[in-house]
Amino acid sequence: MNKELTTIDWQKLARYGLLWGVAAVYVSVIGMIESFSGRSIINNTLTLAQVLLFIPPIAAGYMIVNRKEIMPQDRNSVLMGGAAVGAISSAWVVLLIIVQGAIPGIRNVFINVSPALIEVLTFGLGFAGVFIYVAVTAVLGLIGASVHLLPDRGRRAVYNVVLTLLIAGAFGEIFTQVLRPLVGNVVVRALYTGGALNLVAAVVLVAIAGGLGWYRQENQARYEAFRGEIGTPRQKQVYQYQVAIGIILLLILPWIVGRFLSDVMVTIGLFIMMGLGLNIAIGMAGLLDLGYVTNYAVGAYILGILTTVPPDGSGYGFSFWIILPLCLFGAMSIGFVFGLPVLRMRGDYLAIATLGFGEIIRILAISEWLEPLAGGAQGVLYIPKPEIFGISFSNPQQLYYVVFAGCALVLYVSWRLNNSRTGRQWMAMREDEDVAQAMGINLVRTKLLAFTISAAAGGLAGGMFAAKLGTIFPTSFNILVSINVLSLIIVGGIGSIPGVIVGAIFLIGTPELLREFVEYRLLIYGAVLVWMMLARPEGLIPSAVRKRELKSGVDSL
Amino acid sequence: MSENILEAKAIKKQFGGLVAVNTLDFEIKRESISSVIGPNGAGKTTFFNCITGFYQLTEGRILFDGRRLDGRQTDEITRMGVSRTFQNIRLFNNMTVMENVMVGQEAHLKSTWWGAILNLPSVVKENEESEERARELLNFVGLKGQGDLLATNLPYGAQRRLEIARALASKPKLLLLDEPTAGMNPKETAETTDFIRKLRDELGITILLIEHDMRVVMGISERITVLDYGKKIAEGLPHDIQNNTQVIEAYLGRGAAASATIDL
Repeated sequence: MNKELTTIDWQKLARYGLLWGVAAVYVSVIGMIESFSGRSIINNTLTLAQVLLFIPPIAAGYMIVNRKEIMPQDRNSVLMGGAAVGAISSAWVVLLIIVQGAIPGIRNVFINVSPALIEVLTFGLGFAGVFIYVAVTAVLGLIGASVHLLPDRGRRAVYNVVLTLLIAGAFGEIFTQVLRPLVGNVVVRALYTGGALNLVAAVVLVAIAGGLGWYRQENQARYEAFRGEIGTPRQKQVYQYQVAIGIILLLILPWIVGRFLSDVMVTIGLFIMMGLGLNIAIGMAGLLDLGYVTNYAVGAYILGILTTVPPDGSGYGFSFWIILPLCLFGAMSIGFVFGLPVLRMRGDYLAIATLGFGEIIRILAISEWLEPLAGGAQGVLYIPKPEIFGISFSNPQQLYYVVFAGCALVLYVSWRLNNSRTGRQWMAMREDEDVAQAMGINLVRTKLLAFTISAAAGGLAGGMFAAKLGTIFPTSFNILVSINVLSLIIVGGIGSIPGVIVGAIFLIGTPELLREFVEYRLLIYGAVLVWMMLARPEGLIPSAVRKRELKSGVDSL
Repeated sequence: MSENILEAKAIKKQFGGLVAVNTLDFEIKRESISSVIGPNGAGKTTFFNCITGFYQLTEGRILFDGRRLDGRQTDEITRMGVSRTFQNIRLFNNMTVMENVMVGQEAHLKSTWWGAILNLPSVVKENEESEERARELLNFVGLKGQGDLLATNLPYGAQRRLEIARALASKPKLLLLDEPTAGMNPKETAETTDFIRKLRDELGITILLIEHDMRVVMGISERITVLDYGKKIAEGLPHDIQNNTQVIEAYLGRGAAASATIDL
């Protein structure tokens, strides 16, 4: 069974290539390719659509080498296998091009198979483009496979280059806006044209990123040597400086990056708060809460209803600052009340019950019964922006500070609780409820506390959300909010506080910045989650314990 | 104060048609080491679960230090001074050794969540004391310097000892050990036996054991109770139990009783 292969198992290789090919044709047929083709990574050279299209052959080439039952590991087989699997992966797309040429009526079924899509797939060369497409995929498969032949530092350089190019290119528009006031128009023009990298700039970037990757070990060693030289007390001082600079940077960030990015950062901040809150329930206490939107909605509606100032003068019109703590306590109360009936539930049952709570809140908000208060489907309008001592927090750049303070508060509370008796009670309960109780832990109190504190963060985020938007509608508080928050925790790393932040930036920030993503947001979330579970179940930045746990699981195999 | 730390009076635990513990009377003397033995399924662990509140009694009552124990939740019973270990080790696997013992101290900790957020001096102090005590306990059970390991990564014998350390952290008056030497080799078993005796002699803790290893049972018990089908079939000094025909019958069957004694 485990004998070494001497030749490539072509049949399996073909099947593997075809499987990846399905991904390529799928993203084409659902319209992702066409809508992504508008965004250039490198001017006149590479679009985001092509990147997406190139992922399957590269991935197929890269991953098939790890399949020892398909191919031997010598150099020639690797290169040959990579090229072959890449080329084979093009089959479905080629078929699509031929079929749409032969059957003009195909758009009646697959409405996204447009001439524009075919143009992208054939590089604008008509039917001859098919051969180029096959050739390109073969080369990409070869490249994917040959990464394995590189030394470690080479591989690091390649990863660096790919990541740098993608970020610098895809977010070109934003970099253009941000950099122009900072470094001047001349530099920006040298780098970008119409939001896409210039070819020359791209080459320079590749050189820099590649060089940094290639020499990373040396640089790191030099840094360690430097740290060793300056001794421990100075090290601490350096660390303090780093933290101070980081905080100052965060504080002036909105004025560097401008209004649009500040708005995105505010949204990310709201989700960081919710992520940290949900992390208390799921990550620390092990209570799978799928109705986190409840707390967000409660916070938003409390703030909305109590601060709104409609033109007819009917609102309460309290100050944002008085009501914000109320949002917190309101959400805590609801968290407490909803925690009561589910105290005895565990795992899946708890998840389903909380899922129901999320819906209850949405339906209550839209109901006729609460319409005099919550405005029914019309929602709450005319929510004023926060204001204190004559300083108004009206635009995103100012609101950023409100959200920043909120994040800091939730972060501090999470961090303190994580290393406290309460945190240990939660962890013990997560590990084994019965034994935790046998240790003298009052399960009722401990569970309710987890629900309540977790809810507080959601309420805070909800209140700020209402003030940010100025209007709230029941439709804003659907189950997708809960799913987004849960996804960002999983991607970041369950139980990991830095993981939540990274997850929020990645999952919430990316679709905000790349508008093309919005339409396919859930598809991409799904794909990312599946991939994460397979490749990195501990998350992007795993919590220390979780890392050890998964590692020890591997060791014991 | 009565001579007995625990008195169970006519307790009965029934699961549907099955009577797991059947009108049992039971006493444990202060600072004694007693054992409960019996064939598999005799109701020993059920008896433990009744004492610690994992199960609620069907009938009867249990007095601990003169106070009613039955009808209370496990956490309350732990706070009263009864602590236990489990037949199949149940540590908090993904917490460190140190954290496991610190959770064991729950019954005596007072700091609150808001105290932790505000980082009050009293909370900091309690935390330090709790760590200090946990470290002492780890030294006591021979796990010095292993506090930062994950519990799951400890070897089997060490996990057993950690479970005892965790149970001791609640400063129990009565400690229930459910097969503390299960799965151990003879050397480890001998060490554990000495250790259990040390618990009683040095800390003055009353100990109740469930144990299958007759060498351990006969070696350290001052009083042995034999259960079969949830009923007490014999009680007394190790020597009496060894020669009790009913006990031999329960273990080996009727035919063997005539010619055998329980092997030492």
